[in-house]
Amino acid sequence: MFSENGLLPIIAILPFLGALFPGLMIRAGRNACASFTAIPTVLALVLLASLAPGVMGGTVYRAEIMWLPQLQLSASFFLDGLGLLFAFMILGVGLLITLYARFYLSSKDPMGQFYTYLLLFQGAMLGIVLSDNILLLLIFWELTSLSSFLLIGYWKHLPEGRQGARMALTITGAGGLAMIGGMLILGEIVGSYQLTDILAAGDQIKANAWYAPAVILILLGAFTKSAQFPFHFWLPHAMAAPTPVSAYLHSATMVKAGVFLMARMWPALAGTDLWFYVVASVGLVTMVLGAIIALFKDDLKALLAFSTVSHLGLLTMLLGFGTPEAAIAAVFHIINHLTFKAALFMTAGIVDHETGTRDIKRLGGLAKVMPITAAIGTVAALSMAGFPLFNGFLSKEAMLHEASHTSWWENPWIVGALATLGALFSVAYSLRFIFHVFAGPVRDDYPAKPHDPGFGMWAAPAFLCIFVIAIGIAPFLATPVVKMAAEAVTGEDLSFYFKIWHGVNTALLMSVAAIIGGVILLVAHRPLERLWAAMPRPEAKTIFDSLITATQHGMRWLTGILHQGAISRYLAIFVAATVALGLIAFSGGAMGPETRDLTPVPPVAFVGWVLLMAAVAMVVLFHRMRFRALVVIGVIGLMISVGFVYLSAPDLALTQISVETVTILLLLLALHFLPKQSPYESGPTRRAGDATLAVIAGVAAAALAFSFMMRDFSTISDYHLANSKSGGGGTNVVNVILVDFRGYDTYGEIIVLGIAGLCIFALMESLLNGPAGRKLRKAEFGPDRSRDRHPLMMVVATRVMLPIALMVGVYIFLRGHNQPGGGFVAGLIFSIALLMQYMASGFAWTIRRQRIEYHALIGFGVVIAGLTGVGSWLAGRPFLTSNFGYFEIPPIEEFELATAMLFDLGVFLCVLGAVMLMLHSLSRLARHAGETVNNEPMDYDPSRSVQASSSTGMGA
Amino acid sequence: MNHWIIAPVILPALLAPLIAFVMRHDIVLARAASSVGTLALLAISVGLAIMAANGSVHVYYLGNWPAPFGIVLVLDRLSALMVLLTALLAAIVLFHAIATGWDNRGNHFHALFQFQLMGICGAFLTGDAFNLFVFFEVLLIASYGLMVHAGGKVRLQAGLQYVVMNLVGSTLFLFALGTLYASTGTLNIADLIVKVQESSPGDDGLIRVAAMLLLIVFGVKAALVPLHFWLPATYANAPAPVAALFAIMTKVGAYAIIRIHGMAFGPENPATGSLISDWLFVLALVTTAVGAIGVLGARRLGSLLSYAVIGSMGTLLLAVSVFDPYAMTTALYYLVHSTFAAAALFLLADLIIARRGNDWLGVQPATVQNGLFAALFFAGAIAMAGMPPLSGFLGKLMILDALRSPELIGWAWTAILLGSLLTILGFAQAGSGLFWKSTASPVSDPGKTAAASGDQAKTDTDSLPATALAIAPSMMALCLLVVLTVMAGPVTTYLEATSAQLHDRSSYVDAVLNGNTREAK
Amino acid sequence: MELLVASAVGALTAGGVYLILRLRAFAVILGLALLSYAVNIFLFSTGRLAVGKPPVLDGYTVSDFAAYTDPLPQALVLTAIVISFGMTAVLVMFALGAYLEAGDDKVDMDGPDQPDRQIAATTPQDPESDGITFSFAPKERDA
Repeated sequence: MFSENGLLPIIAILPFLGALFPGLMIRAGRNACASFTAIPTVLALVLLASLAPGVMGGTVYRAEIMWLPQLQLSASFFLDGLGLLFAFMILGVGLLITLYARFYLSSKDPMGQFYTYLLLFQGAMLGIVLSDNILLLLIFWELTSLSSFLLIGYWKHLPEGRQGARMALTITGAGGLAMIGGMLILGEIVGSYQLTDILAAGDQIKANAWYAPAVILILLGAFTKSAQFPFHFWLPHAMAAPTPVSAYLHSATMVKAGVFLMARMWPALAGTDLWFYVVASVGLVTMVLGAIIALFKDDLKALLAFSTVSHLGLLTMLLGFGTPEAAIAAVFHIINHLTFKAALFMTAGIVDHETGTRDIKRLGGLAKVMPITAAIGTVAALSMAGFPLFNGFLSKEAMLHEASHTSWWENPWIVGALATLGALFSVAYSLRFIFHVFAGPVRDDYPAKPHDPGFGMWAAPAFLCIFVIAIGIAPFLATPVVKMAAEAVTGEDLSFYFKIWHGVNTALLMSVAAIIGGVILLVAHRPLERLWAAMPRPEAKTIFDSLITATQHGMRWLTGILHQGAISRYLAIFVAATVALGLIAFSGGAMGPETRDLTPVPPVAFVGWVLLMAAVAMVVLFHRMRFRALVVIGVIGLMISVGFVYLSAPDLALTQISVETVTILLLLLALHFLPKQSPYESGPTRRAGDATLAVIAGVAAAALAFSFMMRDFSTISDYHLANSKSGGGGTNVVNVILVDFRGYDTYGEIIVLGIAGLCIFALMESLLNGPAGRKLRKAEFGPDRSRDRHPLMMVVATRVMLPIALMVGVYIFLRGHNQPGGGFVAGLIFSIALLMQYMASGFAWTIRRQRIEYHALIGFGVVIAGLTGVGSWLAGRPFLTSNFGYFEIPPIEEFELATAMLFDLGVFLCVLGAVMLMLHSLSRLARHAGETVNNEPMDYDPSRSVQASSSTGMGA
Repeated sequence: MNHWIIAPVILPALLAPLIAFVMRHDIVLARAASSVGTLALLAISVGLAIMAANGSVHVYYLGNWPAPFGIVLVLDRLSALMVLLTALLAAIVLFHAIATGWDNRGNHFHALFQFQLMGICGAFLTGDAFNLFVFFEVLLIASYGLMVHAGGKVRLQAGLQYVVMNLVGSTLFLFALGTLYASTGTLNIADLIVKVQESSPGDDGLIRVAAMLLLIVFGVKAALVPLHFWLPATYANAPAPVAALFAIMTKVGAYAIIRIHGMAFGPENPATGSLISDWLFVLALVTTAVGAIGVLGARRLGSLLSYAVIGSMGTLLLAVSVFDPYAMTTALYYLVHSTFAAAALFLLADLIIARRGNDWLGVQPATVQNGLFAALFFAGAIAMAGMPPLSGFLGKLMILDALRSPELIGWAWTAILLGSLLTILGFAQAGSGLFWKSTASPVSDPGKTAAASGDQAKTDTDSLPATALAIAPSMMALCLLVVLTVMAGPVTTYLEATSAQLHDRSSYVDAVLNGNTREAK
Repeated sequence: MELLVASAVGALTAGGVYLILRLRAFAVILGLALLSYAVNIFLFSTGRLAVGKPPVLDGYTVSDFAAYTDPLPQALVLTAIVISFGMTAVLVMFALGAYLEAGDDKVDMDGPDQPDRQIAATTPQDPESDGITFSFAPKERDA
């Protein structure tokens, strides 16, 4: 029966809240730090204990807090027998580890960090066993990977620490990602992510077509976490972590997460052939393999690590059997393994701490110098070996019993035999742990002078050993707990009892055989070791490392060649992709019949076309001769504007031609600083390739243009024609569209110009103040410059032109609204007129006479345009709503003054400012490059009078 | 007629010239004005978000011309959300730029910054295709200026490439718009939706081409493979605050795809059918892969983050490519998340690089505040890589959830999950190289633990520790991620409504085309 | 006429594409100029071609829409021209800046992850980078 309980979320959150303290409390000393770490753990334990009776009584507590309903992700927890057991283990061992680590860590180690990570991990672990929502479980699952990454890499100066951490993260992280997939599929099958729902829907899941993928993906997560073959290799390398971490994560808790998950999902997933053959087989292999390797490890922690792998295999196998009895055995062994293995790790830590080495070959005889430690270690090791009167014996008996009557592919004895083999080896390495470390004569070559540690350090393992013996002698003590958990796993009511003596049965014979064989192996250890050393075997780490390095180099190479910085290639890909995708899109559709017939071609137009094509060809062919190319570009622009005139677009023609002029002038001035020629760099093949691509792109564009030019369409622009005069107050519809219908576009457009001015100015500043400026000052001019850089004729001509040009500009500006023209063109004409002055008399000379701040011009332009728009708010109208009235200037013609014209003024100022600012920047470059500032407008000056009169003509 | 709708455009547009031309000689004045302007923008955007929250589509008829003949601004949930996102990011980035003095290493930073904001907001608010082009240009040219802010050889070269790439992109944009106009005769997005729906099946060639060309154009902005090449060099060489601000630029591309393709060229549309959806899916798949590969292959912190951004865009566009309401919701959630995650990392990288002297991922002696930076980097990395507990994980989970239709599941899940793995690896290696290998001896650095208390570590290096002010912005970005995680439920509810409104095309069309009945003035 | 216009667009596009694929900034600038011509004509032609029908009204009201060509594309092209003008100006300055900083006007650079970048940042590998000569005499095989 279920019952809501608000305590669960609090229990789950406590460690995370607690994680905030150690970092601060370390400042109050190591004891304070450790105790403040213990507080949240103890609190959680107390709260948990308050719920324990209910759970024992069969109640399942639940609590749910909505988090992300769209994803059915809720912070929901539930506590049943299994959860309670694991929660107790996590918190209990956590407490012991906190105590142990206080004395284990040296004063140089940042203890605050350690405890912070430890609590983070504890919280994540607790979350896994308490969460009711599998997505929430996933979150905690990945969190354990992350926090263990931090804990393993705790000694960041040790390379093996870093590598071990990365390896663990890689393997468990990958498993976790696989599990994400599995869990999502599971949720899809059941239609809910609540564990309680999923556990109830076992048959539905097993019947579903997606069962297999789900199981495989989830098992990947479990196997990687629980270090099952072939993912077992990360665990030994994680032993680079401080021993408390190894004891906590890699024996008691984290590696059990995988086992927990399999146990948790047991009702939903277990019991099928797939499950049996995958889980049981993997477990079996892992058990045997781990046990064998463990025997030949000289590093104490490595030995324990592989024995852990082996025992996890054992648990996995039992869960794989899928029978309730096996489940019971598994649960029982989980408890037992926790007690003796954690104790053993701590013992190993003590030995390491006191003697300064973990190498079995350098140890021995410690029983005399460290009796307490020896006692603890022996008890725990005997239990691990599965000797009677220790709890390890009982669960191993149960395991052997299950194994003995499980058949694999109709083969009744193989499982039993292999299980016995595994047991045999585990006896061997356990005994080795005892005899090669504690037994034997006292040596005089320990790296440090060994003696028993203080109580604080051996208290924790000793405490665990109490359980080892108590359960070993009086198994019934454990029965209720095991019953509670096992029933939670299987979801059935179970009745069973443990006892030491079952009479002579297969299981007993198997373990006797195991013990005898184990003793023999230990005796024959030396020769066996030589044999083992001689035997070739794959070293998992090297394989993994080479795999990772290979991947990374591959990635590095791929990234390198992909992004090797050649924009010419980027653009080629861009163009190719565009054309290809465009064609694909087009081919998928259809075109209606052509509804227009070709407009006749008068000879003049044809001639213009020929000129244009020729010009394009020339630019392409002679683009290396940069001056020539510029001139030809000018021709192209000219042809195009003529074309615009012919095709009834006078405005375009005007703009095109003036923009053309300004652009070419600017380019010419810029070219002054650039190399005058481009070298031949790309080979013929490359050029051919580019040309092909270019031609294809051209044809595509042409075809596209032609295809729509031959078809009629209905457009919104009739409205513009109709309302231009009445609504916009102008007969030049294009201009009215620009300043009124789509004035907002124009607003953006002048802003672009303004920004362009800013960019150029800012760029020029940083250039001239940077290395480029220094280079420029060092730059010298070639011998081929003309002596007469400011020819008389040109100066005079431009002086005369100036006022005329300005007049024309004003006129064009004023008529813009009704006739082709407008602010933009006017601005350009002004700038051209001024540009001419610069061309004629040199930058510097003119700048000295320049009275207007171009920044201000742009600024005014943008602001005026903006305010014109805002002005219409006063009339309660939207931005840029225009208004107009008529007035006369007698000599010329009737004008109409529209707010749009004010807007146009903004455009005008912006254009003028921007162009002049660009020019200004170029001129500053020139001056940096040491161009002489000529005080006279022209180099050769016949009479002062010319200059006087002309300089008065300077309007700007 | 509610004038607030246009405020996000007008405010910076009027402020920027003042900063540029009146205050350009006094950095303090410029900073003050810029900050005030940005905060005002933030306030306005919050107001707009509240305005849009009631689900109605607000339309602003510029020049008081009826749609589709004039230009309209449209404020719906999506555009409000994007403007708000921009303002938030802008505030953080500006804070960082001022605190680290980036803004004073060149000219006109604040003016360009404001113009940039104007361009971005304009692009988000406009309801007119050609006007979208104009504002793309505004935000682009501003970004050119910001990109080469403070100059430098490599930066200028990268800037040149950035400019060239985008100019080609703009040209293509015009080709696309031309094709669009030639086939539909309109530029207004709402009108476009109608016209495309009405297009006769026998004559849909041009529309399909236009749609595809537009996809490519936006793909360039959104760093869609194979149009992403400009991004790594640009982001890796741009000034850090600018790179952080660019986190929103890629989103502009994504937004344009969501807005135009999602509304006009989705699968429900007879003319284009599944064309866009299919190709977007394929390209996004490759993008995810390329990004992840790059993260593992990167040699520099800057490019590592750039590839992470590419990868996140891939994931985002995978979700977009489905064009269904739930997937769109998840895409939007991930969009918000990845924006702040990228910004946080780029700002953090700036602080780290400033102390390391270069951004190569090699081993170097530990810098000051090693622990603090390690902790922050760790947080940013798990956000970017999509590990719990931060919003990245929720986002990825939702996207996976949305992409579970049988024909997609295999490819999409493999790409996203494998991509995450590679990303995690890449970040883990970078982090351990940057912060762990560098610690010569196991000296305790309280910095890491001090990260909680905001206190500073003190180790023996000559480079100055970052001030609390300098660290605050990246912290803020991370905090926003935390908020996004904790408030995932409410946020997603808003986004659900947003995506629902996005798919309710008829009411959008109706609001725009029939909102203003006024005939000629 | 349509054929001529279309072919002009095609030719300009082809020329532009070819030039932007060159290795020197100046060629790229020329290419972009050609491309912008191409797209301007393209955009203009979306209004379909008309001879002698400029969109300048002769009366207060419009009696016959067929008497005028489509004004909208023209307006769009005008905007496009202005914008591309601004862009070109910035591009030119960028190219100039890159040239002055780097010593040559190549557009290609090392990718962000090229290992030699570390050295490149410190040691100028280009002889030109420490001094520039503004010479009108053709410089053979520079860089």
